[in-house]
Amino acid sequence: MAQHDHGKHGGTSYWLDRKGNVAKVFYALIAVDVLWLAADFFYKKKAEFDAWGGWADGGFGFYPVYGFVGAFLLVLAAKQMRRVLMRSEDYYERRRDGGAS
Amino acid sequence: MAELLLSPPLLLMLGSVVLAAAPRNVLPRTVLRALLLALPVYSLWRFWGLDLGDYAQFELFGQTLTLVRIDPLSRIFVVIFHLAALIGSIYSFYVKDNFQPLVGVFYAGSALGVVLAGDLWTLFLFWEVAAVSSALLVWVRRSGRAAGAGLRYLGMQMVSGVLLLAGIVLLRHEVGAAPGWAEFRNLTGFLEDGGLGFSNLAATLIFLAFGLKAAFPLLHSWLIDAYPESTPAGAVFLSAFTTKFAIYALARAFPGQSELIWIGALMTAFPIFFAVIENDLRRVLAYSMTNQLGFMVVGIGIGTELAINGAVAHAFADILFKGLLFMAMGAVLYRVGHVNGSDLGGLYKSMPITTGLCIVGAASISAFPLFSAFATKSLIMSAAVYKEYFWLWLVLLFASAGVFHHAGIKIPFFAFFHHDSGIRCKEAPRSMIVAMVLAAAASMAIGLFPLAEMWFGVANPFYELLPYPVDYAVYTKTHVITQSQLLFFSALAFATLMRTGLYPPELRSVNLDADWLYRRVGLRIWDGVATAFVALHRTGYAAAGRLAAAALETAQRHLGPQGFLGRSWLTASMALWVAVLLAAYLVVFYWRLA
Repeated sequence: MAQHDHGKHGGTSYWLDRKGNVAKVFYALIAVDVLWLAADFFYKKKAEFDAWGGWADGGFGFYPVYGFVGAFLLVLAAKQMRRVLMRSEDYYERRRDGGAS
Repeated sequence: MAELLLSPPLLLMLGSVVLAAAPRNVLPRTVLRALLLALPVYSLWRFWGLDLGDYAQFELFGQTLTLVRIDPLSRIFVVIFHLAALIGSIYSFYVKDNFQPLVGVFYAGSALGVVLAGDLWTLFLFWEVAAVSSALLVWVRRSGRAAGAGLRYLGMQMVSGVLLLAGIVLLRHEVGAAPGWAEFRNLTGFLEDGGLGFSNLAATLIFLAFGLKAAFPLLHSWLIDAYPESTPAGAVFLSAFTTKFAIYALARAFPGQSELIWIGALMTAFPIFFAVIENDLRRVLAYSMTNQLGFMVVGIGIGTELAINGAVAHAFADILFKGLLFMAMGAVLYRVGHVNGSDLGGLYKSMPITTGLCIVGAASISAFPLFSAFATKSLIMSAAVYKEYFWLWLVLLFASAGVFHHAGIKIPFFAFFHHDSGIRCKEAPRSMIVAMVLAAAASMAIGLFPLAEMWFGVANPFYELLPYPVDYAVYTKTHVITQSQLLFFSALAFATLMRTGLYPPELRSVNLDADWLYRRVGLRIWDGVATAFVALHRTGYAAAGRLAAAALETAQRHLGPQGFLGRSWLTASMALWVAVLLAAYLVVFYWRLA
């Protein structure tokens, strides 16, 4: 079973534990994204939809913009949903508020 | 008889019952387990030797029932259900008790019964057996929460069964006893042949029965409620069968039903919002399952050969990668005792193999090139494009970015990476790892087959299993680049939100969903009705008591020993009264004559 010990763990050091390395991963991701975006310069897409002047599936940078904005707004919207939907963990275990039962 | 008993559904169901009944001293655990694994293997091997057509027919109450009808649509589901039974059984060997794999294989048998049923009666029979046997897999957790969730789960499954039965009976009533009326086939077409449209009540009831098990919006909460309350192995079995045979039933009976397009689109989109804020990582997977089912429902709604192929292929792939993700989270649950995102993190140090296999599952569900969903979901996306459903396509694209976000990143990130929670545990047990490796290998194979076909001209065995011939290139330049762009920029959004602190922290909490309607509002209404009934009963009881007491008192007063009617009378007074009566009679008689 699991052991919980909050402190140094037997001296084993992991690459991701070191400060700065997480930032390296982030910058690497940015670099990869720039490369994927640049890929749009090197080939021609055929637009299937006329909507939005053919930008949707034929234009430069549509998928990167849609992926980034979509995921960003998804999280922000979900965060706001918590105001309405979030309850304590034992919400359904307490059958009646105030424990009148 | 042998054909009947050795048909895939009965072989698995009866086989697991016989193994469960065998005494322990006759059948040691290892032998039992070997026989249990041999069941799906032998059944699939036997099935493989059969041609398309009807088998195992029998007469019951003047109806010819078809236990096994093999056509290209049922065939692929039979294959994946056998694989799922095998992988799930191996996985569940981490506990000494064989109850879970035995029930799991039985449940797999009933699911095979659903997809092989040649008529509606057989379909209904297995529909119900699957409901009951799967509820056992929720209850096997043996916790208070699981007991409640299992009961609610069984209740909803029974509602589906009642809707299905009502639909079948109405169908029989409306179309008469024409030969073959009970055949399980395209119901919209069948009803339209009889001059009845989709507005027809029978078809609507059957549609809802299928929809409930396919987790249509607002009918979906049993899945979110029950699956995460099961054991590690229970959830793996549960994730494979019920929802997928519902997808099969929809594909068989309602292909091209346009309502399904928007129902499916809604299913792809709304669960991802819930998944972002959900703390229980297996519940995140349950939301993710609703989202993936949405893609399949959309494919069935579009109804072209490409779209149906996509829906069925995606169901096949989903059983593997969703099973893999449930297995990985199950391993965490087994080792750590919970799967709360708020309390996990850094587990890659303790469970590196599970981490790696979970990432394969995450890449597969996210439809990364080289992984399974890339070779299956693309068919549905392209079908939407070819039919020029622009807004639908935008919704599906958003849902694709969203699924990567919550299942592709959130699951592995919060469980295995993020900050180090300090939890140190053992790697997953061997049986779990073997099962996860099998699912991961199959997921990768589905993703790699089209590439092998393109480069080496090797036939794609997976696409050959699909109901319609496949003429579709998965690995085009446009497709690989656009999908990678969508996913990598979605990852960038996640990373940016994390680094800026905008990402909502994982919190120990419950989020209200549609089940709130019956777990809270419904319960309140029930409480209100019950209180009113008790009050009414009390008032009525008191009033009746007072009435009875009053009646008793009156009776006592008049009939009691001292009462006017109860006391003894003198004979003389009786004679006097008789004389008075006679005199009165004479007076009346005289008056009448005059």
